[in-house]
Amino acid sequence: MKVSNILSKRNKVLLRELVITDFKLRYQDSVLGYAWSLLKPLFLFAIMYVVFVHFLRFGKGVPHFTSTLLLGIVLWTFFTETVAQGMQSIVGRGDLLRKINFPKYIIVVSASLSALINLVFNLVVVFIIMAVDGVHLGWHALLFPVTLLILYGCSLSLAFLLSALYVKYRDLAPIWEIVTQALFYVTPIIYPIQTVISYGGELAGKILMLNPLAVLFQNARAEVVGHENVVTAGQLSSNVIYLLIPYALMIIVAILAITYFRSRSSKFAEEI
Amino acid sequence: MGDVAVEVKNVSKSFRLPNEKNSSLKSAIVNFRHHKKGYTEQRVLRNVSFDIEKGDFFGIVGRNGSGKSTLLKIISEIYKPEKGVVNIHGSLTPFIELGVGFNPELTGRENVFLNGALLGFSRSEVEDIYDEIVEFAELGKFMDQKLKNYSSGMQVRLAFSVAIRARSDILVLDEVLAVGDEAFQRKCDNYFNSIKKDKSKTVILVTHSMDAVRRFCNKAVLIMDGEVVKSGSPDRVANAYSDIFIKEARQQESKESTNKDDYNWPVVVKKFNLVQNSEKSDTIAFKKDFSVEIDIHSSHQYNEVICAIDIVDAAGRVMLNTSTRENKEKLKIKDSAILKIDIENIFSEGEYYINFAMKDDETNELLFKQPEIKRFNIVGNQMSKSSLTHPHVKWSVE
Repeated sequence: MKVSNILSKRNKVLLRELVITDFKLRYQDSVLGYAWSLLKPLFLFAIMYVVFVHFLRFGKGVPHFTSTLLLGIVLWTFFTETVAQGMQSIVGRGDLLRKINFPKYIIVVSASLSALINLVFNLVVVFIIMAVDGVHLGWHALLFPVTLLILYGCSLSLAFLLSALYVKYRDLAPIWEIVTQALFYVTPIIYPIQTVISYGGELAGKILMLNPLAVLFQNARAEVVGHENVVTAGQLSSNVIYLLIPYALMIIVAILAITYFRSRSSKFAEEI
Repeated sequence: MGDVAVEVKNVSKSFRLPNEKNSSLKSAIVNFRHHKKGYTEQRVLRNVSFDIEKGDFFGIVGRNGSGKSTLLKIISEIYKPEKGVVNIHGSLTPFIELGVGFNPELTGRENVFLNGALLGFSRSEVEDIYDEIVEFAELGKFMDQKLKNYSSGMQVRLAFSVAIRARSDILVLDEVLAVGDEAFQRKCDNYFNSIKKDKSKTVILVTHSMDAVRRFCNKAVLIMDGEVVKSGSPDRVANAYSDIFIKEARQQESKESTNKDDYNWPVVVKKFNLVQNSEKSDTIAFKKDFSVEIDIHSSHQYNEVICAIDIVDAAGRVMLNTSTRENKEKLKIKDSAILKIDIENIFSEGEYYINFAMKDDETNELLFKQPEIKRFNIVGNQMSKSSLTHPHVKWSVE
């Protein structure tokens, strides 16, 4: 795999066809078709809203908690979808791999792009709801795409690592499900970080914010909903080393993922 | 000679076959701790080397499990060779299967684009040739239907129509001839004949069909147990392939009846010779008549003996079946006799064997029988391959 080939014409065509196929197949044979891409998140948000905001009152006293909650859930869905679909993608396309030689990373990237398309639909819904919630976008919102890009890179590198491991170790599927479940609760998605700080102290909040996902989610929220309404890692500490730890983790995972994936990919066809 | 399109150099490959299901963490850890390998290594290819030149129609033949499909996948860069290298000069498209990536839930049209992308076409390129593909597949009415509603024949037709548009320099084909009805087979034949003539294309064909090897290929290799055991002209390779089966059948036979060979027939065949130009030889010149001379000995007297011989070619086809009954002759045998059969040599070049049997017509007793009592070759010029038989022909104009 030469770097210059990464997006050669042929690979681009292939990637495009695989993504189109995935997308076409997703709502195949349903009456409402692509409308589900918008309707599904809308209904899921309605349920979340009723449960967390009305009954559990999680974000009591936190301004724009509805918008923060929904954005968090959307980003979380994107992360889990990218990683889970990416992990299964190589094995799932085993049939293809055994018949034709093409760069294996295309498969993982195509699976991640499907999740990315989903994210775009979800974000459309979120932004509509935010407008209703009375959120005004500031100049910080311009950084939001950058944060999304980092989140995408982080999810994709995990997808690469797990997809290559999954070829050899099928136990990874249930293990990853469990890990995902744990990650969900250590990441401030359904609860605001302020709640943790007020109950567990500032240290608990700081430890929680070492999690790269927590950092990215809080940054994304701050950029869209406003820094005055969301606590980011930067507000908890000004120690540069502390602030760089999550990014270092992401870079380590990315390097590990790329190295491992590249070393294994030529053997995928025989090992699946 | 032309340039080399594919170089296969000392390629070896072995697969690790897990002893038990090893794709779980637990067994990996357990095996690691006990220093157990957890797999057996199976050698599939051993030091395979050959060159394929540009414009060749190259056949790879071998029995099931001989490693030829693995070799094909290594050439197609789907598998990595363990040792050795494969150098490919030019673009290569493998057809390990027709219709790679076909999805039953997509329409025929969508599948054409997906399959096209996998074969290296851009969207606009597929659009340009789309009408030709549909026309060739004769599926105009069905293109907007889902593939799952196609018959298997229709699917193959569609896949083949896309496949033959591939403009790669090197095409790798695995058993694609084995599918489809007669009309489709004819299309395949036409296509193969057209790329056979096209000297810019190189084709590598893996097949069981010796007929296909003889008709299309100009070179071939025979793979047995992961090694190249024969290479060269398709006829030589095809004959060698047929020989494997003959040898095996013979081994089987001798295993089944080891004592039958030592059977004490009432009549003993002392010599069994082929004679051409008054010389004994197992190599017979093409189109020159020859005779069979059989030296027999019997201690008993038989008054009505019928002798029969078969001449069988390497593919097992009986080329000649004749007996003394044809001449309404019955032979008398006592002590020694020399039986002579003059044969008009209309056979084409290749390897043949002779079966021989004698029986007493009075008592119906079998006096002697031995399949493959003699093997011989007919050697000649290139022309001799053009047809199965070569009877004397005289043209005239009146």
